[in-house]
Amino acid sequence: MTILVIAEHDNKVLAPATLNTVAAAAKIGGDIHVLVAGQGAGAVAEAAAQVAGVAKVLVADNAAYAHQLPENVAPLVAELGKGYSHILAAATSNGKNILPRVAAALDVDQISEIISVESADTFKRPIYAGNAIATVQSNAAVKVITVRATGFDPVAATGGSAAVEAVAAAHDAGLSSFVGEELAKSDRPELTAAKIVVSGGRGMQNGDNFKHLYALADKLGAAVGASRAAVDAGFVPNDMQVGQTGKIVAPQLYIAVGISGAIQHLAGMKDSKVIVAINKDEEAPIFQVADYGLVADLFDAVPEMAVLA
Amino acid sequence: MRIVVAVKRVLDSNVKATVKSDNSGVNFSNTKMALNPFCEIAVEEAVRLKEKGVATEIVVVSVGPSTAQEQLRTALALGADRAILVESAEDLTSLAVAKLLKAVVDKEQPQLVILGKQAIDSDNNQTGQMLAALSGYGQGTFASKVEISGDTVAVTREIDGGAQTVSLKLPAIVTTDLRLNEPRYASLPNIMKAKKKPLEVLTPDALGVSTASTNKTVKVEAPAARSAGVKVRSVAELVEKLKNEAKVL
Repeated sequence: MTILVIAEHDNKVLAPATLNTVAAAAKIGGDIHVLVAGQGAGAVAEAAAQVAGVAKVLVADNAAYAHQLPENVAPLVAELGKGYSHILAAATSNGKNILPRVAAALDVDQISEIISVESADTFKRPIYAGNAIATVQSNAAVKVITVRATGFDPVAATGGSAAVEAVAAAHDAGLSSFVGEELAKSDRPELTAAKIVVSGGRGMQNGDNFKHLYALADKLGAAVGASRAAVDAGFVPNDMQVGQTGKIVAPQLYIAVGISGAIQHLAGMKDSKVIVAINKDEEAPIFQVADYGLVADLFDAVPEMAVLA
Repeated sequence: MRIVVAVKRVLDSNVKATVKSDNSGVNFSNTKMALNPFCEIAVEEAVRLKEKGVATEIVVVSVGPSTAQEQLRTALALGADRAILVESAEDLTSLAVAKLLKAVVDKEQPQLVILGKQAIDSDNNQTGQMLAALSGYGQGTFASKVEISGDTVAVTREIDGGAQTVSLKLPAIVTTDLRLNEPRYASLPNIMKAKKKPLEVLTPDALGVSTASTNKTVKVEAPAARSAGVKVRSVAELVEKLKNEAKVL
């Protein structure tokens, strides 16, 4: 068995989610190869070669792969992946975009967002916003799988010494082109990698009031997230959304502020180690999953917490 | 131009799914079913493109049981012109659904296919991408903005770090994210009118598509329950407990 892991990167840095994906591959067992498809991504390939447990790094360097356009990257992965037992990618927006296209090209069903490996062909994954856990078995010749990072502790980023091999295959489907991107700039930790997350919901009332959460987050070294209600109301951008259809987080400490606790939100954070809820409605469902609940006006409690913490 | 919109009948998003005692699946008896929220956004986007004069006809398609006709009627009431149900009582995988949709796309020859990014039951987030692969079309997934000009569509996508814009040749596949639009409610006259709009029923056999799967669901369990903790009386007590009891600060 040899497993192909698709590296998550921006041509400069190997994203941490790759380490969780390699961890899932290690649980399956067998040799692990990592594919770095990109342009001028030599530093990423070097980083991937050092990841513990990786036997080989394949580098496909081509302008067509520069922006991870799925129309170009998926045929590459499908072509290379044919000889592997499993193809794994992180369940990031990029992995979710590319991998189903690979699965369809290989004519196999994909298994999305696994949270555990039961055996080489059997996996667990949440369905219905995490209100049920399905055990899924695959008899596909190549098993195509996305991995939920919070389900697997990352492997060490160093300690490996894999061989790096160039792949010549160039696929430019000519169907799509990259126009531009607007990336949120923040000095705070990335939401899915942060040890502490402070999230706000509809109770924040408006986007300006999120300044209270930013102040607390900066004191704690935390990332800031939001519920779908807060995103829908236009308080904050979608990339801050924690929930079933947003980001899945499992930090050491999750502080839910003015969040009622809809099942869709709980799906994105209920695996956090410690959950704190601050809400003035003591009947709010968020208190049913919170380790520590504080019934209080958030506009008093959050600034006070920023001082005391 | 013609737009095909694919929709799914799912457990209503306000209903909490519960697992059957024999671990064979999720309970559906006496539960409220609805149009998948992301599919509602897909219908709305198509209707807006028609209102702008970009689209001329909207064909809404669902793959599912005969009862999915209810959700197709909802889409017709929201502004779709006609509907197709590919009827199957089986629990089909995303790949099987994508193959069936591909057969419909071959028949209907749309310039644009809009789907929800994810169904809130299986949480797969696969069908649109798979349909794009099978059709050989470009894909604009997780769309927050869709702009058609000439023979291309510019799609702004919600990605982990922010937003990305790609340009795709038409025909193309778009999957919707939350912020693309805010779906309207169907008016009563439109609900009445929708009852008279055409709804064609097809079968996988009639489309010549095999729905065989490489995946098998072995069992479905309830997740480990998280028990409620304690209520604290003050911020000071909260901070003290987080530092000394939970040791996370």
